[in-house]
Amino acid sequence: MSTTVIESDDSAGETRPLMSTGTAYSGRRSQPVTRDQYENFDDGRTRDNQGNGIGMDVNHEDEADETRAEIRPARQPQRRRGTSGEGEEDEDEVMLYGAKHVIMLFAPVTVCMIVVVASISSVTFYTKKSGYLIYTPFHDGDKPDSTTGTKVWQSLANAMILLGVVIVMTIFLLLLYKYRCYKVIHGWLVGSSLMLLFLFSYLYIEVVLQAYNVPIDYITVALLIWNFGVMGMICIHWKGPLILQQAYLIIISALMSLIFIKYLPDWTTWVLLGVMVIWDLVAVLCPKGPLRMLVETAQKRNEPIFPALIYSSTMIWTVGIGMAEGNPKKKKKSKKSKKDTQTDAATGGASLAVDNGSDDDDDSGFTRNSAHEQVLARNSTDSAEARNAVAALADRPTQPATARPSRQAAPSNSRDSQASAQQDEERGIKLGLGDFIFYSVLVGKASSYGDWNTTLACFVAILIGLCFTLLLLAIFKKALPALPISITFGLIFNFATSEIMAPFLDRLASGQVYV
Amino acid sequence: MTLMEFFGCTLIAFGPPFALFLFTVVRDPLRIIVLIASGFFWLLALLVSSILWFAVVPLREQLAFGLVFSVIFQELFRLLFYKLLRKADEGLKMVTQTEQDMHLEPKDFTNKHIMAYISGLGYGIISGAFSIVNVLADMVGPGTVGIQGDSHFFFVVTAFLTLCFVFLHTFWGIIFFHAWDKSKFQYVAIVVVSHMLVSCLTLLNQRSETHTPAYWGSLVPAYVIMFLTGGLAFKIAGGSIANIKAAITCSCKQTSYEID
Repeated sequence: MSTTVIESDDSAGETRPLMSTGTAYSGRRSQPVTRDQYENFDDGRTRDNQGNGIGMDVNHEDEADETRAEIRPARQPQRRRGTSGEGEEDEDEVMLYGAKHVIMLFAPVTVCMIVVVASISSVTFYTKKSGYLIYTPFHDGDKPDSTTGTKVWQSLANAMILLGVVIVMTIFLLLLYKYRCYKVIHGWLVGSSLMLLFLFSYLYIEVVLQAYNVPIDYITVALLIWNFGVMGMICIHWKGPLILQQAYLIIISALMSLIFIKYLPDWTTWVLLGVMVIWDLVAVLCPKGPLRMLVETAQKRNEPIFPALIYSSTMIWTVGIGMAEGNPKKKKKSKKSKKDTQTDAATGGASLAVDNGSDDDDDSGFTRNSAHEQVLARNSTDSAEARNAVAALADRPTQPATARPSRQAAPSNSRDSQASAQQDEERGIKLGLGDFIFYSVLVGKASSYGDWNTTLACFVAILIGLCFTLLLLAIFKKALPALPISITFGLIFNFATSEIMAPFLDRLASGQVYV
Repeated sequence: MTLMEFFGCTLIAFGPPFALFLFTVVRDPLRIIVLIASGFFWLLALLVSSILWFAVVPLREQLAFGLVFSVIFQELFRLLFYKLLRKADEGLKMVTQTEQDMHLEPKDFTNKHIMAYISGLGYGIISGAFSIVNVLADMVGPGTVGIQGDSHFFFVVTAFLTLCFVFLHTFWGIIFFHAWDKSKFQYVAIVVVSHMLVSCLTLLNQRSETHTPAYWGSLVPAYVIMFLTGGLAFKIAGGSIANIKAAITCSCKQTSYEID
């Protein structure tokens, strides 16, 4: 057992960045937003009122500029009074993250929680304390005769140490990323996912088999683990069907949160969750917050953030990073031209290119859906004219006339299709794996006390918190921390349920009284 | 044996609601969100009522006190949720307009009963889950109820009552929302009174030294009230006997029905 603990120590350290990427990450704004993009929105929106004149589109452009800085709902009433379609169009933009996107995150979060809760309630291994992480040196609090004071200071100290580790790791990752040490980062991520996929999944299988008293030989297990792990590595770091990649990311998060539940002292877990909320807020929202800087750097470089760190509801392409790795200088030089093509593709060709791309690939329905949406959004006949007019009036450097040819040329151009793939990827909502881990830690920890009401309450509270976060995401359109609202709700409901509601409910249930 | 009992009771309590969820809710993202949100409101109502129960120490043993206030709070939060939903109506419509290939037909908004039904179902599912989930967890075994002279029917009755409450909440949701939409406050009264009545009837289930639980006294009236409110909800949502006939005989003849 002791080896287990030590190994988990290492890997917990290694995977720390996994949890520190606690952001709900809105793709749409992940690129530096240019005029072209806003025109894109306009293009999409003009489909409803094709009859409207050019002058109105110019208005849109102005509005788009204004709305960058503003919070939407305040403006809506005023909008409504405008020309017939205007208000609706603007709201269109606000509600880019519709109900479907919310569900696309609900499903994986739910699955992850269910895996964790099922493991915890069926395998006693994860609730028995048999060792601790090195980062939590104080664990007198778990002894039955410990006083409240001891519990408080020890769990606070533990949480602070863990937070320190998280901060150091995040800043380390940020520095590596900033100075383009992609190889180191990749090695790091590959190493930690290797550990999780092989070692931890082996341990998991072992305890599950023990719990159900199933004998199985080592050769079979080795074969299973090998297949599982190699497939996982390929799916996460290279390519594979989207659904598999998502499944593997969920499994990684679930395994990680099980490790946290098992190896953290009782109260440290709760304090840690509270501390992470604050850290997440700081890291994502502060102007110099490390996660914010990470996201911004990635946006500046037009790259997706590492797929091993973020769950995406649409396809993740690692091509961008691979290229950068090969020749950073050339990349830098080519970036400008790439951007140009991309904006072209974005303005005109994107829809078609995306369509083509997703037909070739064996994606799941998600990508195709979004591609379809894009097609619908972009396929307005007079959008090109409108764009030309806007460009002419707004003095845009790009030649408006090129927009039309590029639309036809797009499907054959491989670079365009890559750009569109990036676009495509950016349509989905992204959630850091850290959020998955901590959501699951909260629900799993709640369920480890054996009260299902608490588990259910935490589950509902976290989902509602996620809903609120996504609502804010739709309003603010920038990367937001996903932990604060959900975890705060979860913590409130956990303690309220276990301390106040549970006694009441127990009495009701044993008396068979229904309220 | 205990495992069989567990599955049996789970399916009794949650089989029909699960079917409803599967056939009417799950394919539509917006409905799932509304379902969970209404569940959250029930949770808030329960939180408030249990805080009250917890705070009033002398009456903790008297479940009737907590029960009465819990019913009141639940109805208040149902009203709050109704207000919220109607306020968010505009926003929800926006969501649907952007999403082209969603299954959400505009009828979700033209027919107000759909959202009422969904929120009622959410209320019911979460309340049913909270009232039975720990009992179910105990049901798996190794022990069981009924050996020491207690009633053998404890688990089965719990499961059936839970099912009844899930349905009741669904129907109450439909009636309640309609009542506020049309300002027909007699329906609000019906909902509150029937909720109070059924809940108070379940007080008969309590065990004590002097009193053996009278399950028939609570189960039968609860189901009668459930069918009555179900009929009322059906009528409110535009149903009629002609509709049922048409549905059974599969006649394509257009039956006229009106929604007031």
